Amino acid sequence: MNDVALIASNILVSMNGDEVVNVDNLKISKGKWTCIVGPNGAGKSTLLKALAGLIKHSGCVDLPMLSCAANESFKRAQHLAWLGQNEECPDELSVYDLTMLGRLPYQGILSSPSLDDHTAVKEALESTQSWNLRNRAMGDLSGGERQRVLLSRALTVNAEILMLDEPISNLDPQNQADFIAVIRALTKKGKTVLSVLHEITFGLMADEILVLNNGRIIRHGHSSDSKTHLALEQVFDHRIKIHDLNGLWISLPKI
Amino acid sequence: MKNIDNSNSNSNSYNNNKLTSASTLLLFLLLMGCTGLTLGTCLGSTGFEASWFSHNDLISNQIVWEIRLPRSIGAWLAGALLGLSGALAQGLFRNPLADPYLLGSASGASLCVAIMMVMFDEFSNPWLYKLGLNGAAFLGAMIAVLFTLLLARGMQHTLRLLLAGVIVGVVLGALTSLVTIFYPELLPSMQSFMLGTTNLMNWSSVYFMAPVLLLCIFVSWILSRAVDSLGLGEATAISLGVNLGLYRALLILTLALATGVSVAQAGLISFVGLASPHLVRSIVNVTFRKLMFFSALMGGVMLLFADLASRLLISPREIPVGLLTAVFGGLYLIWLLSRHSVSNGNSNSNLNSSKASNL
Repeated sequence: MNDVALIASNILVSMNGDEVVNVDNLKISKGKWTCIVGPNGAGKSTLLKALAGLIKHSGCVDLPMLSCAANESFKRAQHLAWLGQNEECPDELSVYDLTMLGRLPYQGILSSPSLDDHTAVKEALESTQSWNLRNRAMGDLSGGERQRVLLSRALTVNAEILMLDEPISNLDPQNQADFIAVIRALTKKGKTVLSVLHEITFGLMADEILVLNNGRIIRHGHSSDSKTHLALEQVFDHRIKIHDLNGLWISLPKI
Repeated sequence: MKNIDNSNSNSNSYNNNKLTSASTLLLFLLLMGCTGLTLGTCLGSTGFEASWFSHNDLISNQIVWEIRLPRSIGAWLAGALLGLSGALAQGLFRNPLADPYLLGSASGASLCVAIMMVMFDEFSNPWLYKLGLNGAAFLGAMIAVLFTLLLARGMQHTLRLLLAGVIVGVVLGALTSLVTIFYPELLPSMQSFMLGTTNLMNWSSVYFMAPVLLLCIFVSWILSRAVDSLGLGEATAISLGVNLGLYRALLILTLALATGVSVAQAGLISFVGLASPHLVRSIVNVTFRKLMFFSALMGGVMLLFADLASRLLISPREIPVGLLTAVFGGLYLIWLLSRHSVSNGNSNSNLNSSKASNL
């Protein structure tokens, strides 16, 4: 059990009567980067939100590393961080203040930020190369800078599990590479990352891949496993082909 | 801690689009408040006269201490309540154009005041006099907010809340017009309430508003981090452990209380609630904790000076203070709009459209 960060069983999410996600059994490995991939409308984001406990669902999500006694919402918030897709943000806040919001689960209602909070913010901003932006207003940032700061906000939680919904769409290649590097550094420190990615090539850089189609898990396997590749090609109607390029897997459209 | 603060101040050059720092703004607002209060005690219908401690002149003493001072303090308090409610409304609806009267409190208050005036004429019930017009306005504001909440079926959806507030506002406004059609003799006295007025403020208004303001600031202080986190979207706020239901309930309660009390004492003063958070935001980038505090101070200063101007401009007569705030507030917003469309129209129109769609 020590190598499992999250266990989900019988997860069922319905929207307007339609079953969007139906997952019987899912174990997310600790200290690994797991990536959920699948076609549009496969229920990737919905599954992630259900696992994060952000939407109504039946079934149960168990976080083995979180002690059972700690059922309070702030304990869970310390344990599991979330970065949404196209996340909005208050434009008038400074980068520093916005990143500080990630420390909310640690702060009392009336207390001011502690030294730990300031250190965590500084570390998070430095890890995304955003420390020099700290006094800028969010509204003045470019799309890439903004996304970096939002990632810092999620990193500031210092959670064991980080869930990212499409974190690198709309980023330029260099920001995408930086993002991957930050995620890799996190898993090296033993943190668990679970992400939804649209770009299959980036998804193939993860440790494990969850192939989702019509709300069901088709395959959950290692990213270099040929069976996983086959499942991937299959859910995309064989319109993609996964190639090996010096140990890196890349997906190209098949025309 | 010190290190971090130092490095922050070293790189303040990043903040070049903002005029001043938060502490300067605080100092300025406090100073303006004191200046306004001092001027307020000197300015009468007969012109400027500074007679605070003339022991031999009881009448002028009384004018200063029993009329001018409470009126000025009252104007400041009513403005502060409005400024605070403006910040709360904009935080609640996550829309920079939200106004404290959006929940229908203004129209509820005017309807109740109109009904009360009719009842004064028709029956002379001592209970009614005890409640008074202020009480009626407060009651009306609260009932209207309650209607809005019922109509919106709770407070889960801010868009539904907004629509319900608009509907309640329109319907209650129509009812008020109906009352004044049947009793046209009410119109002149209704007018002073509808336009907003500070010349009825006395010490009891001050004693009524001051604790409410303190309470509302305290609750807003508690809610401030949750409001900031909600700026990141509901999902993120929940993921940070924020109890959205509880937080919304408290926010709406505080908003209704602050608006209701201010409307009860000063009538429908327009634009102060909308403009003060904007004014603060255009000067500093701060978290909600500071924004709501500065908005309150800003609202207080705005209404205090509007009150001074209302006494001065056509003295010895007075212009209703609400007219002045409407004119100045409107001009300010037009200026803000034109400045944005010139300097950073693109980014800002994106901002507004994204905010609007998030409603």
